[in-house]
Amino acid sequence: MGFVLLIFLPIVAALFIPLLFKYLKGIHTGWFVLFVPIALFIYYAGFITTTMDGGHKVSELQWIPSLGISFVSYIDGLSLLFTLLITGIGALVVLYSIFYLDKDREKLNNFYIYLLIFMSAMLGVVQSDNVISLYLFWELTSISSFLLIGYWNTRDRSRFGALKSMMITVFGGLMMLGGFVLLGIMGDSFSIRELIANSSSFIGHEFFTLALILVLLGAFTKSAQFPFYIWLPDAMEAPTPVSAYLHSATMVKAGLYLVARFTPIFAVSEVWIWLVTGIGLLTLFWGSLFAVKQTDLKAILAFSTVSQLGLIMSLLGASAVAYHSDDAIFKFAAFAAIFHLINHATFKGSLFMIAGIIDHETGTRDIRKLGGLMSIMPVSFTVAFIGSMSMAGLPPFNGFLSKEMFFQSMLALRNFELFNFATWGILFPVIAWVASVFTFIYSFYFVFKTFTGRNKVDKLPKKPHEAPVGMLVAPVILATLVVGIFFIPNLVGKWLVKPAVMAIQPGLYSHPSEVDVHVAAWHDFASPELWMTIALVGLGVVLYLTMTKWRKLYDIQPHYLSLNVLYDSMMMLSENGMNRLSRFYMTGLIRTYLMYMFAFIASITTATLFLKNAFIVDMDSFTAVSVYGIMTAIILVAAVVMVILAKTRLAAIIALGAVGYSVSLFFVIFKAPDLALTQLVIETVSVALFLLAFQRLPALKTHGETKRNRLGNAIIAAAVGITVTLVALSAHSQKMIPSISQYYKDTVATEAGGGNIVNVILVDYRGFDTLFEIAVLAVAGIGVLAMIRLQLARKEAKDENK
Amino acid sequence: MKTNDVILQTTTKVVFFIIFLFSIHIFFAGHYSPGGGFVGGLLTTGAIVLLLLAFDLKTVQKALPFNFTIMTGIGLLLALGTASGSIFFDVPFFTHAFSHFNLPLFGETSLHTAMIFDAGVYLVVVGAAITMIQTIGGDT
Repeated sequence: MGFVLLIFLPIVAALFIPLLFKYLKGIHTGWFVLFVPIALFIYYAGFITTTMDGGHKVSELQWIPSLGISFVSYIDGLSLLFTLLITGIGALVVLYSIFYLDKDREKLNNFYIYLLIFMSAMLGVVQSDNVISLYLFWELTSISSFLLIGYWNTRDRSRFGALKSMMITVFGGLMMLGGFVLLGIMGDSFSIRELIANSSSFIGHEFFTLALILVLLGAFTKSAQFPFYIWLPDAMEAPTPVSAYLHSATMVKAGLYLVARFTPIFAVSEVWIWLVTGIGLLTLFWGSLFAVKQTDLKAILAFSTVSQLGLIMSLLGASAVAYHSDDAIFKFAAFAAIFHLINHATFKGSLFMIAGIIDHETGTRDIRKLGGLMSIMPVSFTVAFIGSMSMAGLPPFNGFLSKEMFFQSMLALRNFELFNFATWGILFPVIAWVASVFTFIYSFYFVFKTFTGRNKVDKLPKKPHEAPVGMLVAPVILATLVVGIFFIPNLVGKWLVKPAVMAIQPGLYSHPSEVDVHVAAWHDFASPELWMTIALVGLGVVLYLTMTKWRKLYDIQPHYLSLNVLYDSMMMLSENGMNRLSRFYMTGLIRTYLMYMFAFIASITTATLFLKNAFIVDMDSFTAVSVYGIMTAIILVAAVVMVILAKTRLAAIIALGAVGYSVSLFFVIFKAPDLALTQLVIETVSVALFLLAFQRLPALKTHGETKRNRLGNAIIAAAVGITVTLVALSAHSQKMIPSISQYYKDTVATEAGGGNIVNVILVDYRGFDTLFEIAVLAVAGIGVLAMIRLQLARKEAKDENK
Repeated sequence: MKTNDVILQTTTKVVFFIIFLFSIHIFFAGHYSPGGGFVGGLLTTGAIVLLLLAFDLKTVQKALPFNFTIMTGIGLLLALGTASGSIFFDVPFFTHAFSHFNLPLFGETSLHTAMIFDAGVYLVVVGAAITMIQTIGGDT
């Protein structure tokens, strides 16, 4: 017990949201929610002193001990950094949302419940030491993200985006679960720490590469890497606070967290380094290239997020190189990755909030309609300017520092000797540089096209003005951090980055202070990074100014050749395919389904019975036949024949009743009063039910059956009868294990305190069965109610967009 | 359709209570002699069905003004609550407890948490069955 319970604090708080929303209408629900992340942030900040010393704290809550599944909160440098991001940015986003979402018009209860669920899930992802509970929280983030993207569920695009993100991330999550299971098999443990400790024995294991790829699939889908990034732009239909929180600062970084966390296990592999670095760089390039094409402010930011995630991913891949070489130049990458992760959270968070403010105050996010807002919204402009310049990688903002380190790490890859890097290594800095040029262009594009240029205020849907102070607080805090981190990078490094680096590369360091990285804004004139930046700025400015001329090149890509079209057609195909498959055997007639079931049961049971030589009849074990038994059997058979031959439905119902009553007579003869009683009452009630429903039933007639149908039905019916008889005979004739009846007889009074074994079995020994049976009964009752009531109510069609 | 079923209605008025009381008896006796929540619930359902056959749906609804769907829910909650109650005493899910008490009027009586569970079963059976019968027989 202990602080592991704090993971669940937001979810518990979510329980109270509906009450607060309903009974305290006057106060924006967000104010209550705000306490949760602030309190958590303050609490977790206290752990910094522990992690700075290279220590960690563990708190455990058993869940399913027999399967080795538990909730373990393991806080080291890496998880603490993410935890602080989640709670810190979370607090700012909640504050921002209070002014963004109108308390009278929006369904705030839903919004904040989803947000708090997400917060718990995300804390769980980054703190869990047990991979199974990690997976659980991982999927919970997908689900809460789905709910938040679809928050404005009356919009087509929202629902589409929500579904798309869910399909892709849950697909990845399932793959990841497979990877975790394989890891569990290899390491014989679900604990990440133990897996890391045992990881040296994994190399060469047949599952190793498979597990690696599966885990990476999970990370890549979540962190929107190429080619899975397509869900992220569509996720921008979510309210802007959600985009700022989930889709730039926290959830999409879960994949990065996963890669960082599993680096100690997989870093030895060549596949890992190539995949993580390569896909990361490709994503960086691809995202920045297409960000310039976008015209929606949030879409630009979405593609920019994709690209920046790729950047951090490639750095994490490069950090694995440090496991193969002792050269100091390879040790920058891990530091740079974590450092940029912090920087990205600050500047991208503020930019998203500004995009939301512009949307909120002008009524549009289309960059073609915007312009000249600088004089009207000076504070927003300043924040956007700081954020964009940091994103472009210019001093004096934190993005400059991490981008320099990124170049440095990529340049270092040229000197790596193993795994063909000597041949291909030069590509890494080149691609990184080209991508950075595009990053520079879209950063300028984002801020200057919106805030400078010709004033188009008259044509905007709303008359714009500066946002209210409360809405500006959060972005201004983030912008201050952007500038602040530039001046104290080494302090941030000491507090947050180095402990996290130690968690990524635990084998290399025994104390965070051993991470020998000193961040400096100025190196010297001979350093290649400086010249790369200067060239980048030069080319970037030229390209930005001539943007209108070369942007037409994007039209070369034909519409049908895009990943989105691929996704759409895959969805269409699978939907149509499944539909066709279902239609093939689903006729909509219950008698067809009954035929399938009976035929299947009869054939499979009989086949098993004879294949396993299980059919043995022991004549001696039978009871003597009594006169009453024979008489009842004759009545039973006669009643069954009557059911089949009956000309009217009423006669058939009555004959069916006779069948049931004679069966209960059998129970009486064989001294089973409980069964007899139940059978008797059931029969009465069901005959009565038949009579009540009599008017609704169609006339008793053939359903266009041919002779062949009838023959088939007869065969199936006979087969079922024979199967049941055979099974009953052989079950009675042989006992593999002694009957449990004796145990019941012995314990019914002592253990269960009862006298009637049948009922004690129902409520005590096998209470689970009964519990689920009555649940099924209840579901059936509600199902009947719903089907008949809905059939009546369906008359007016409902539009889901209302 | 106007039918003359005075005899049926008069008999039903008496027989209903006999069946109902018998069902209650069977429910309570369940742990020691034939019976239990399931049969008890079915018997009660049978009694109500008899009412439905003798009178019409509206009269029965007026005489028994319960929402049977909600009754189903209450029953399910009761059963699940009894089953999960055990985890608060740090014993596995679904562990029952029983003891003997000396109650006034009844004398030495054994009380059992299984009875509460059985009451849940009883309520679900009555609730679900009558819900089905009411909806199917109801709107024609």
